[in-house]
Amino acid sequence: MTVQNPPIKNSTRSFSDLLWTLVRFREAGISIFILILVVLVSLRAPAFLTVDNIKDILLNISILTIVALGQTMVIITHGIDLSVGSMIGLVGMMVAFVVKQNPEMPVVLTVMLGMALGAVLGSFNGLIITYGKVPPIIATLGTLSIYRGLVFFYSQGTWINSFELPAAFKQLSKGTPLGLPNMVIIALIVAGLVYYFLNYTRTGRAIYAVGSNPDAAQYSGIRKQRIIFLVYLLSGVLAGLAAVLWVSRFESAQTNTGLGFELQTVAASVVGGVSISGGVGTVPGVMLGALLLGIIQNALTLIRISPFWQLAAQGLLILIAVISDKWILSRVERAKQ
Amino acid sequence: MSEYILELKNISKSFSGVEVLHQVSLALRPGEVHALLGENGAGKSTLVKVITGVHQPDSGDIFLDGNQVHFNDTWETRQAGITAIYQELSLFPDLDVAENIFVGSQPVTAGGRIDWRKLYKKAEELLNSLGVHLDLKQKARSLSIAQQQMVEIARAFSLNARILIMDEPTSSLTLNEVADLFRLVRRLRDGGTAIIFISHRLEELFEIADRVTVLRDGAYVDTRPIKDVTRDSLIRMMVGRTITNLFPKQDVKPGEVMLQVENLSRVGSFKDISFELHKGEILGMAGLVGAGRTNVARAIFGVEPATSGRILLNGREVAITSPQQAIELGLAYVPEDRQLHGLIPAMNITSNISLPTLWEFSKRGWMNFKMERKASYEAAKTMEVKANNIWQRARELSGGNQQKVVLAKWLATNPRILILDEPTRGIDVGTKAAVHALMSKLAADGLAILMISSELPEVLGMSDRIIVMHEGQMTGHFTRAEATQEKIIEAATQTVTTGSVS
Repeated sequence: MTVQNPPIKNSTRSFSDLLWTLVRFREAGISIFILILVVLVSLRAPAFLTVDNIKDILLNISILTIVALGQTMVIITHGIDLSVGSMIGLVGMMVAFVVKQNPEMPVVLTVMLGMALGAVLGSFNGLIITYGKVPPIIATLGTLSIYRGLVFFYSQGTWINSFELPAAFKQLSKGTPLGLPNMVIIALIVAGLVYYFLNYTRTGRAIYAVGSNPDAAQYSGIRKQRIIFLVYLLSGVLAGLAAVLWVSRFESAQTNTGLGFELQTVAASVVGGVSISGGVGTVPGVMLGALLLGIIQNALTLIRISPFWQLAAQGLLILIAVISDKWILSRVERAKQ
Repeated sequence: MSEYILELKNISKSFSGVEVLHQVSLALRPGEVHALLGENGAGKSTLVKVITGVHQPDSGDIFLDGNQVHFNDTWETRQAGITAIYQELSLFPDLDVAENIFVGSQPVTAGGRIDWRKLYKKAEELLNSLGVHLDLKQKARSLSIAQQQMVEIARAFSLNARILIMDEPTSSLTLNEVADLFRLVRRLRDGGTAIIFISHRLEELFEIADRVTVLRDGAYVDTRPIKDVTRDSLIRMMVGRTITNLFPKQDVKPGEVMLQVENLSRVGSFKDISFELHKGEILGMAGLVGAGRTNVARAIFGVEPATSGRILLNGREVAITSPQQAIELGLAYVPEDRQLHGLIPAMNITSNISLPTLWEFSKRGWMNFKMERKASYEAAKTMEVKANNIWQRARELSGGNQQKVVLAKWLATNPRILILDEPTRGIDVGTKAAVHALMSKLAADGLAILMISSELPEVLGMSDRIIVMHEGQMTGHFTRAEATQEKIIEAATQTVTTGSVS
């Protein structure tokens, strides 16, 4: 006697399915962790939950979010882009020089210039990795040094200071015509675009496919190399955008601008649930990851942890966040069975 | 003291409900070369893994020197003097010959440091006792396959192996190297070592083996002294089954030539492959595992393009350099390894099915989820995929259902030529019959199908014509009426002589 299995169901995702997705949501753990942290810190430091401080945190994480989203797309394809910090330094310096010499230049043009320069640097990474067949970690480690070296070469070791930059350019990041600082709004727009790109386009689907199983993706007619080239290009574009915002916000371009920033972007991605082995990662997750990093930095200052301990405390909290996230995930999985 | 050094009695082993070994027995004498023979999937590998402790039998007994034993892992069998040398050699490429021999069991000084002088001295003694001449300081990376095998054998004897299992040791050796290997094997045998020798080259067995045990479909057939058997009788023992009517290929009058392959070659994997594939026809491609059939399929599909030769589609020559191009030209390829090449296990059924046809569901790059869902659902329903719903992840499905998803994925591309690589490997009988019925229907609908299969009954039952490959070359070409299991095995195991391809 054979039992006839019911035929496969063609449902839109049912409500319980959606609810389940929400619970299983890779970001559940980190959200809970952020809540606990917020409660604890606000007990110790009442200044934490003020409008000004929150605005400050958002301002601080905007650049991180933008660059981390590019990093995320790279990591989803099972790669890594270590050159983002140097790209910020180089693009920032070049844009600052151009702005200094052309103070009348429309601000929109400076943003486009930054993104174009970032695209060039990102494409170079992509070419080395796809055509040169160099592993991403080595290729971008190389360009990390090359791009940083070019900063010195280009600037001859000089800085661009606040007084050399026009006011309109400086207002680009800080102006609040829409209630929130422009920079926060730009970060939200970028997040929205990347979210739609990853979830609603053919290419976005291909990025996940290549990261999850490159061979099967290739057999399915996806041009693996093009996808990989593209994510490094996009990472460069976003780093270029971030560079313009960086110079505008800090009102200076220095030779060490963005130094070591790549590690923060990797941290935000990983804390936000992006898998270093590829194929897994969401935009909301990365935004939460960047938010957590921002809160930790801000809170440690507010509750007067010595700067000597801040880095160590930051690292420790990152590990706790990732471990608790995994722990909650496994709990939920078990509860399902 | 028993007559046998190792005796297996009535060993049975199942994997997820499928019996792979059924009441298999094997008795090994000291100082004999015992050949283990059987078709692909007859259970040889599993039996070897039971002997070496990788798998534990579900039932049956193992006796070593007459005493019953139970091996939990490979470490215990190594301690008992049993070592296997597999087709894929396992040397450390950056260590030298002597280091490889003693890896994991390096002689140490009283202080706990590795005693290098002793290590090289012992290695030299060991190689001398085996009659093998190798530079002890040479890195394994730069050794030939044959030399690497010698190192593996030496490693086995550094652990005082008394039972040596060699799985297709000659498959990648030249004739001279085979002669060297056989000299060593005889020397070991004369020294009292028992050797289990697995090879698909029947001629070799007559040269080297003392006795032969034949397995078929996981069951023990017989053990005979090699001098009592002939090549034909061995083939009969390997095949021996009657073909049931499990394979319902309808007779279709083949139409025009859809795919023509002329002298296709790829350096290092296959040479001078030529065939025609007609509309409505199933062309079977038989041969042993590793004969180069998959490489031919991958070359046609553009994964690893051929280095010379021509491919013609509908009489027009094409140069296919990427799967994307192949898909556009109306080809579809269901690969041998579902997990690795067929599916993205972490993605759901819908996304898996739509992957090769994403461009159909998107307007200027933006996905139309409704269309995608509808098309994927239709494809899954046609294939009768059994799953909770179309959002279930592919990795959660059974092997048979995964294969159905892969088939659904490729049929959704509306191909004109379908290449199936081991379409029913590792799937249950019910799904298998469904896949065969589907193939027959697709051919009747005008699809041209190239089917690679290592399962002879499947090849014979499903194919209108059959080509056979061996070691990268075509060694046989039969119509459905001409083909018999014996002829195909003959062609699949014969030593290739150039010019024999018809």
